[in-house]
Amino acid sequence: MSAIEVRGLRRSYGQREVLHGLDFDVEPGEVFALLGPNGAGKTTTVEILEGYRERDGGRVTVLGEDPGVAGTGFRARIGIVLQSSAVYPSLTVSETLELFAGYYPRPRDPGEVVRLVGLEEERDARVRILSGGQLRRLDLGLALVGDPELLFLDEPTTGFDPAARRRAWDTILGLRELGKTVLLTTHYMEEAQRLADRLAILRDGRLVATGTPQELLSANGTVEIRFRRGGEDVVLRTDEPTRVLHELTREALAAGDELDELEVRRPTLEDVYLELTREEGT
Amino acid sequence: MRLLAHELRNQQRLFWRSRESAVFTFAMPLALLGLLGAVYGDREIDGVDGASYLLAGMLGYGIVATAFAGLAIHLVIRRESGVLKRVRGTPLPAAAYLAAVILSTLLVIALQTGAQLLIGRFAIGADLSVAGGGFAVAVLLGTLSFAALGLALTAAVRSGEGSSAVVTAVYLPMVFVSGAFFSVERLPGFLEAIAGVLPLTYLLEFLRGSLVDGEGIGSAWTPIGVLLLWAALGIAVALRTFRWEPRSA
Repeated sequence: MSAIEVRGLRRSYGQREVLHGLDFDVEPGEVFALLGPNGAGKTTTVEILEGYRERDGGRVTVLGEDPGVAGTGFRARIGIVLQSSAVYPSLTVSETLELFAGYYPRPRDPGEVVRLVGLEEERDARVRILSGGQLRRLDLGLALVGDPELLFLDEPTTGFDPAARRRAWDTILGLRELGKTVLLTTHYMEEAQRLADRLAILRDGRLVATGTPQELLSANGTVEIRFRRGGEDVVLRTDEPTRVLHELTREALAAGDELDELEVRRPTLEDVYLELTREEGT
Repeated sequence: MRLLAHELRNQQRLFWRSRESAVFTFAMPLALLGLLGAVYGDREIDGVDGASYLLAGMLGYGIVATAFAGLAIHLVIRRESGVLKRVRGTPLPAAAYLAAVILSTLLVIALQTGAQLLIGRFAIGADLSVAGGGFAVAVLLGTLSFAALGLALTAAVRSGEGSSAVVTAVYLPMVFVSGAFFSVERLPGFLEAIAGVLPLTYLLEFLRGSLVDGEGIGSAWTPIGVLLLWAALGIAVALRTFRWEPRSA
């Protein structure tokens, strides 16, 4: 059975429909990334799966339950990092982790979680003096302290400096080693590529692509040939780069021209993502 | 039960760590009782000695400041900053959280009541004739009614920064009009009419009756009825409007 099963998920805010029927599955033990620009519907989707928001249509099953009606037993099996949230500023890091550990039937040792998210130095510091990155790590610690089967991470590294982002990636990869299922949202392609077994790209409330990073590349893997001619950039896209390049160079040789700045490249996942999420008409 | 005790300990820790709650909601009514008692304690107000009148008034004021104002302000700040949403995502039941908040308030008020009685009796010489049962019911019912109204009030406040100002604007006039600080017999007619429906007016009547005149529950059916009505109103509104997620988001 899939950890998450979404069929025909719809949601409107007033007159505006923001999710137009999503379908996807997340398998147990996999890291699944939901990717898309701001406003594409990532947070709405995740908050429906977490049980915070109601849906207007479709079927959603998370760990075998409907999150719209599931109770405390369901919440004991999931861990949540919200895009923005807070904890009590007057508690210390340890106190906060111990408080949350107490909410769960089978928590992890809070001291171990402090080490896991790299907050040993700040163990006895009040939450109010933590930096943004440290708060985010505490947030991740709170999501882990209940020892959940499934973790929702909504933009877990937004606002991180590159070093902190790399540390967070290591932590998330460590979760996969532990056999956890992870659904994460991000607008960084590099993050999805690094962490995700499979990913889905969301644009304007519709999934425009789903698959492994490799599948997405080969499905959209047209080769690009660029050069300059008469002061203008020329870009050719083709599935037969050998033939096209051969003809191009033969003509140039015959005419005694040089193909300035000739370049042949395969698109990166970043290119595929930008292509798929490009607004109509731009 | 284990979860409730766990959260109650946390709420107590949060209360005493917050300088605002420890100073303004806990110490302020005690300081006012000592201060006003020293000034007016010897006079006669509404036919009772000033110290007794003020003791009942400051008990009522303390209950409103803690159970109504303090509770509403803290919950709005927690809601707007996202703490409540975070807690809602854990297996802690919503009812257990709110019950812990209210029980913690009750504990603070019990401590404050003890301190008020000591100051009233020994520092400013209040002449008391206490009906223990009636007095306990007055404090308990007053706390629960104002806690219910405090929960209802949170929906009317939109931002954490504004919570203190909005809540104070609601409760401070009530404290004056209901006669916590001075006798309401000197009020203009329209204010007296307003005072005639406010819950604090009846809580003060109940507190004075049971504390100064030794009246039991039997002679307090009117204040009990009015406080229960306000509690029911508060619960009904809170059930419909209480939110766990920020309003400003």
